[in-house]
Amino acid sequence: MTIESWLQAAIADADRRGLPELKPLLETLARTTTVLRAADFNEDASGSALSAIRSPQSAVRNPQSAVRNPRAGQH
Amino acid sequence: MTIEQFGRRLRARELTAVRVTEECLRRIEADNPRLNAFICVMADEALQQAREMDQELAAGHDRGPLHGVPISIKDLLDIRGIPTTAASRVREGHVAERDAPAIAHLRQAGAVFIGKTNLHEFAFGTTSEDSAFGPVRNPHDPTRSPGGSSGGSAASVAAGMALATIGTDTGGSIRIPAAACGVVGLKPSLGEVSVEGVVPLSGTLDHVGPLTQSVTDACLVYHALIGDAAATPPAPMPIHGLRLAVPRTYFCDLLDDEVRARFEETLERLRTAGAHIDDIEIHHATDIAPVYLHIQLADASAYHATSLATMPEKYTVPVRLRLELGRYVLAEDYVRALAGRELLKREVDAALSQHDALILPTLPIPAPTIGAITIQIGAAAEPVRNLMLRLTQLFNVTGHPAISMPCGQTEAGLPCAVQLVGRRMQTDALLRVALACEAQIAGRNLKSEV
Repeated sequence: MTIESWLQAAIADADRRGLPELKPLLETLARTTTVLRAADFNEDASGSALSAIRSPQSAVRNPQSAVRNPRAGQH
Repeated sequence: MTIEQFGRRLRARELTAVRVTEECLRRIEADNPRLNAFICVMADEALQQAREMDQELAAGHDRGPLHGVPISIKDLLDIRGIPTTAASRVREGHVAERDAPAIAHLRQAGAVFIGKTNLHEFAFGTTSEDSAFGPVRNPHDPTRSPGGSSGGSAASVAAGMALATIGTDTGGSIRIPAAACGVVGLKPSLGEVSVEGVVPLSGTLDHVGPLTQSVTDACLVYHALIGDAAATPPAPMPIHGLRLAVPRTYFCDLLDDEVRARFEETLERLRTAGAHIDDIEIHHATDIAPVYLHIQLADASAYHATSLATMPEKYTVPVRLRLELGRYVLAEDYVRALAGRELLKREVDAALSQHDALILPTLPIPAPTIGAITIQIGAAAEPVRNLMLRLTQLFNVTGHPAISMPCGQTEAGLPCAVQLVGRRMQTDALLRVALACEAQIAGRNLKSEV
């Protein structure tokens, strides 16, 4: 289900249930879901997507490289 | 008075558990009408427990550091014979049949239960405004929120109504109010303290932990919660050579100016004392909120589905709407969030592989005014709820232990706080780091010293 079709269906369902106040919350959730689905840890059946979850190297990169400025704290 | 100070004076026969319990009850009577921190004051039961603890000590039976200590309990945990309201009309008529295991451990350790504290309804909020019993108010400024969801708990300790309190933390609900009220708040590692007998918000994100006046007290209560009542606090880690990491990107992007100033002053103080501080990256930090939200909303809505259908009018409107929102989370997105959760765990593990702890602010803003919807930071008006969860929710997702402690005040006298995060299932090691850092920063109004 696309996020757009999900959002339309959800807003219609909330209206039907007498909860029109949910609309702005559903729109915010839709934006958040868009970010979630675009994340590079999602897997794809074609095998073509970036999958950080399968690759420890890409997931955590190199712990050494996680230190952005190793000299920053030296005194 | 800290638990440590109380214990010394109790054993020196300078005071009694009854006398300190009476003093807490006196403060509750004086200040609770203003702060609304308590839902239920257990005066008779507390005085009876305190008398028994004094008699036991006089007879030579010492239960350990929590013997006779008046403690408040967030009204989300079961105490036998007492209603657990979760600050909601949905729970009308409930009376707990037995103690939650965490409460049973505290009872065994000799704690005196002074009362049950107000909270954001069902722990589903960060301000403690939406409660069937009315909003909790911040002891530092009653026009402001004490944070949440354990807002009554934090207020009770900050106002001297209890020597310590027990809260719960699903996205920051111990650390956020601890920061807003100027006390210490510890979220142990995920799974360390039993959540049985605790009304859940999210079965996979909930934690139980203490809010106290010092890190030493947090150690004592934490050990009692896991059934180790006789434990003494660990020795502080040496500050010289302590390795701390600041996750700058995302975590320091949106900070109130005064919060930023207090945080940087804290780092400088720790550096001067000999700590080694690096900047590091959590590469998927921008995915934290989406991952957290999809798990937490769906978990909460599953638990509340029946009550939402049968008694929706008994919820406060904002909490009901957020619970209803969770019913629209798709299974495929929940699964995506679980995948993101595993990745974030590994990224925090990696960030800690060469450091003793992460260090970051707890709250990006001082305690917000009650009723505020957004807060202006720089050019942007940010939603209060998003801001308050922004720096804490990651460690619920990953399960790493985290502790918040005061690090100064704003010009207006509102507390600021720093958060330390340790390795998974190494809460004691984190506490050793926190003890070392507290010795450099605690009790000091950093702003006034500058």
